[in-house]
Amino acid sequence: MNQRSRLSLLVVQILIVSLMVALLGRLFYLQIAMGPTYRDAALSIQSRDVVSPATRGLIVDSSGVPLALNKVGLAITIDRIAIDKQPDKGVAVMARLSRLLKLQYANVYRNTRLCGELPTGQRAGCWTGSRYQPIPITKSADPDVALQIVENSDQFPGIDAQPIAIRNYPGTVGVNAAHVLGYVGPLTEEDLSGENGKNFFRSESIGKSGLEIVYDSFLRGIPGIRTLIVDRKEAITSQRQNTPPVAGDHLVTSLDVRLQAATETALADAVLRGRANGYTSDSGAAVVMDVRNGQILAIASYPTYDPNIFEKGLTVAQASDLFSEKKAVPALSRALQGLYAPASTFKSVSVIAAASAGYNLNASYKCPSELQVGTRLFQNFESKSQGTMSLKKMIAVSCDTVWYRIAFDEWLRDGGLSPKSNPNDYFFKAAASFNFTQKVGVDLPSESSSRLANRAYKKSWYQQNKDFYCNYKERATKAQQTPFLILLAKENCVDGDKVRAGDAVNFSIGQGETVVTPLKLAQMYAAIGNGGTIWQMMVGKAIVKTDGTVVKTMKPEKLGTLSASKETIDFLRGALREVVVAGTGTGAFAGFPIPISGKTGTAEVFGRNLNGSLKDNTSWFASYAPSNKPRYAVVMMVSQGGFGASTSGVGVRNIYETLFGVKGNKVVPGAAIFPDGKPPIKLPKISPATKPRVAP
Amino acid sequence: MSQISVRRGLYQHRRFSIFHGSDPVLTTAVALLLIIGTLLVYAATRDWYARNGLDPQFYLKRHVINIAIGTLLAYGTTLIDYRLLRAYIPIFWGLGVLGLIIVLIPGLGTSINGARAWISLPGGFQIQPAELAKIAIIVGMSMLLSERSHDSNKPETSDLLQALVIAAIPVLLIIRQPDMGTAFIISASVITIIAVSGASSRWVIGLLILAILVAVVATKTGVISQYQLNRLQTFVDPTADTQGTGYQLRQARIAIGSGGLIGKGLFNGPQTNGRFVPEQQTDFIFTVAGEELGFLGGGLIIFLYLLILMRAFAIARRTSDPFGRLVTTGIIGWFAFQIFENIGMTLGLMPMTGVPLPFISYGGSSMFATLIGFGLLQNVHARSKG
Repeated sequence: MNQRSRLSLLVVQILIVSLMVALLGRLFYLQIAMGPTYRDAALSIQSRDVVSPATRGLIVDSSGVPLALNKVGLAITIDRIAIDKQPDKGVAVMARLSRLLKLQYANVYRNTRLCGELPTGQRAGCWTGSRYQPIPITKSADPDVALQIVENSDQFPGIDAQPIAIRNYPGTVGVNAAHVLGYVGPLTEEDLSGENGKNFFRSESIGKSGLEIVYDSFLRGIPGIRTLIVDRKEAITSQRQNTPPVAGDHLVTSLDVRLQAATETALADAVLRGRANGYTSDSGAAVVMDVRNGQILAIASYPTYDPNIFEKGLTVAQASDLFSEKKAVPALSRALQGLYAPASTFKSVSVIAAASAGYNLNASYKCPSELQVGTRLFQNFESKSQGTMSLKKMIAVSCDTVWYRIAFDEWLRDGGLSPKSNPNDYFFKAAASFNFTQKVGVDLPSESSSRLANRAYKKSWYQQNKDFYCNYKERATKAQQTPFLILLAKENCVDGDKVRAGDAVNFSIGQGETVVTPLKLAQMYAAIGNGGTIWQMMVGKAIVKTDGTVVKTMKPEKLGTLSASKETIDFLRGALREVVVAGTGTGAFAGFPIPISGKTGTAEVFGRNLNGSLKDNTSWFASYAPSNKPRYAVVMMVSQGGFGASTSGVGVRNIYETLFGVKGNKVVPGAAIFPDGKPPIKLPKISPATKPRVAP
Repeated sequence: MSQISVRRGLYQHRRFSIFHGSDPVLTTAVALLLIIGTLLVYAATRDWYARNGLDPQFYLKRHVINIAIGTLLAYGTTLIDYRLLRAYIPIFWGLGVLGLIIVLIPGLGTSINGARAWISLPGGFQIQPAELAKIAIIVGMSMLLSERSHDSNKPETSDLLQALVIAAIPVLLIIRQPDMGTAFIISASVITIIAVSGASSRWVIGLLILAILVAVVATKTGVISQYQLNRLQTFVDPTADTQGTGYQLRQARIAIGSGGLIGKGLFNGPQTNGRFVPEQQTDFIFTVAGEELGFLGGGLIIFLYLLILMRAFAIARRTSDPFGRLVTTGIIGWFAFQIFENIGMTLGLMPMTGVPLPFISYGGSSMFATLIGFGLLQNVHARSKG
């Protein structure tokens, strides 16, 4: 071999060895370095998870009566794999099925498409589960129709009828509780993306609102997973894992179905009573709580809706009604989301303010018909002079002018429009000691914070609105250009950042920009009733496993203590009792055998309704009972319901009648909701069949 | 030189075995690859065939028959001194070219995966003339470049031109099919032979440039079909096509990658058993090794190939006969580039072509051709003592 050939051979050999080494290196990269990535990719290609949902835990009341349970529905399902194998991809089968079920073909088609198969914008109603599980077309089929399908299986290939678990709110003794319970529904893409820090399986249902969403992680359970290995033609070749579902835990609440139902009825009656008296009465809320521990015994909001509509399949009309202003937005839970001026119920705060400012609570004061504050006249309610009387009586008859006087004097003492650097602010501080702006901490979603119109609030309000009021002529609409509003705008522009005399005066009687949720007011009156403890408010009591073991107990926390002396609180309790004995609440509670303490409130509301009428007053009644040894706080609010006493006061009386078992001004022995006089502490036995105790 | 004398002693000792004078390392490596290949062909087809109600050993049986015939051909190749083959080379070459012409005639040639490369025979058998043409080209060129009437170290220009014509005719016919993979392998082999023949480096570099030009022109002028172009494009951008070629390449890479170090175990590859990789018993057989035998199995196969090639280089160095050396060199180029193209394709290093893996892939023509190539290597080895 010559030199050149020898050299060429060596070069070729080096080249070829390099090629083989390159193959080895690439093989190493793919299998060792990138191995885990490709293993995952292979798994997603080959394996299909079939999810069998876990039985969702029950939601029960404090005696074990189910508020939410699972019912067996008859589902008609479509097997995508089977119908896709039809020559026409199942068009004929689905058309036949939609005729039989009296459904629109287009809807059936859409319901059986995976969301990714449909163009964006046309995905409403798409199937969020996997192709490998039967897709339910209806969950409440007529058994006769189901039988027709099963018996004519040659006509309906891939269509099956099978029992399916559906969430059901049984409405025992007529209970509704839609806002508290919430509902369950399919997962959204956001849930599935894991953005919320949770991992779900596509076909799972999750809580969407109310208790269902707050306690979802307990209620949901763990779905069973069968992992199937499939081939390129999607035929199943083997099964890799099979974990059975684990049922969800039960939620025991502090609610009582009978009390809840009675509260809802009392509220609805109050709304109707308001309407009968000529008021708009568009909505309302009522709360019953245990003043000793913050547990909520009943919570109602009006108007409401059927909590079962979501599982039945919400129609477009039903969905839009939920948020329709004309229907007063039934989806809104007034008890925790509604904000209303507290009006005279706020005088409890004013009593504490006056006491800390050094006013003698046992002295007599004047209640004139009106009070001149600057250039404006502030009138007593119904512009009546009540003469001179004790402060206690002032609360009972709900005199306003005495509070105007005190608030105005204190405002002047704090420097008026040029406030001192360290003002006393007795009124603001009294409200703040009720934790006024902190949420009650209820275990329900979207609670609103009450608003305290103090100096800090005025400043931030001014920052946001300065531009509008200082350029009112340019910014405001034509309709807003009335002489009064222009004048108001000018005032707001000049000193809108300050607490003005009018603001201070309005504040003392719960008018103006201070607003409160019904829950917050209940918490405040519970604090007065229990001697000063501000409790967190909660509906959930415990999480219990299906075998009865307690997973978790929820105990409401003490959020704060009222900063008022025992004497002040005692005075206040005496005054609130006087309201019912000889004051604005006397008529509503005439002859009631159990001593009740409370306060009426009738708040003026500015603005107009959709039909152009002026808004009616907000009707409040805030109370606790029994007066000597308070156990329960009950608050009712009817928006545009008129007078506090006649609309809400009577409503609260109705609730107390059920609570204490009162019929015709007499206590029926054993008829009280809680015969021992207190809600049960022991957790109940949980069964879907538990029935409420029947009162004698 | 003392090493060589030791080896001579070794081979004299083995005079009485059937493959007397054969290289035992080479034989063992090929035998191991044949065994591995048989297992892989079975693993690639067993599950799918059984599940579809077909004979799960359909491919296994045929593969074993192919190996048996191929082994006989290899044995036959070793019997006659390869130097005596020269007389038959023109006939052999002529038959190869005839076969390549026949496949292009409509009605006679069978088209698979866009390449008109097969002649169908009765009984469901098919012949791929290009596989046999490889041998004809290698032996023909080697003969021309080694038969010199003078003592020059370099082949004459006329010799080189003649040799190129011998290669060019079948290569052009193969490009017409079009089977770019085989054309690439033959071209690489031709350049290897010319380089080792002692031709000046101008020739080698010139031919390399020409090969690249032909490839570019073929792509641009549409000699390469759209199908081939798609395969080339998905090589450049694997995400361009999700169901066609790109799909196949991605599935192949996932099968191999998911094998990890030790693999899923023979017959236990879900990607293989699910038949996600197409043509897995033929062109994509390496993915079965990758998934079921892992890096250890795949690495062993590459190592065995390297061993075969190293033995072949040793044979090329040892022989004093220029013809034997060029034949050996040609076979080295053929095997090496075919291995690199096939495994490189499954690993995403090379574009997708329909090239089988020597000694392993299912397929008669390829098995026969590679085993004849192996026989030629042993033949040169046995007679290299001079």
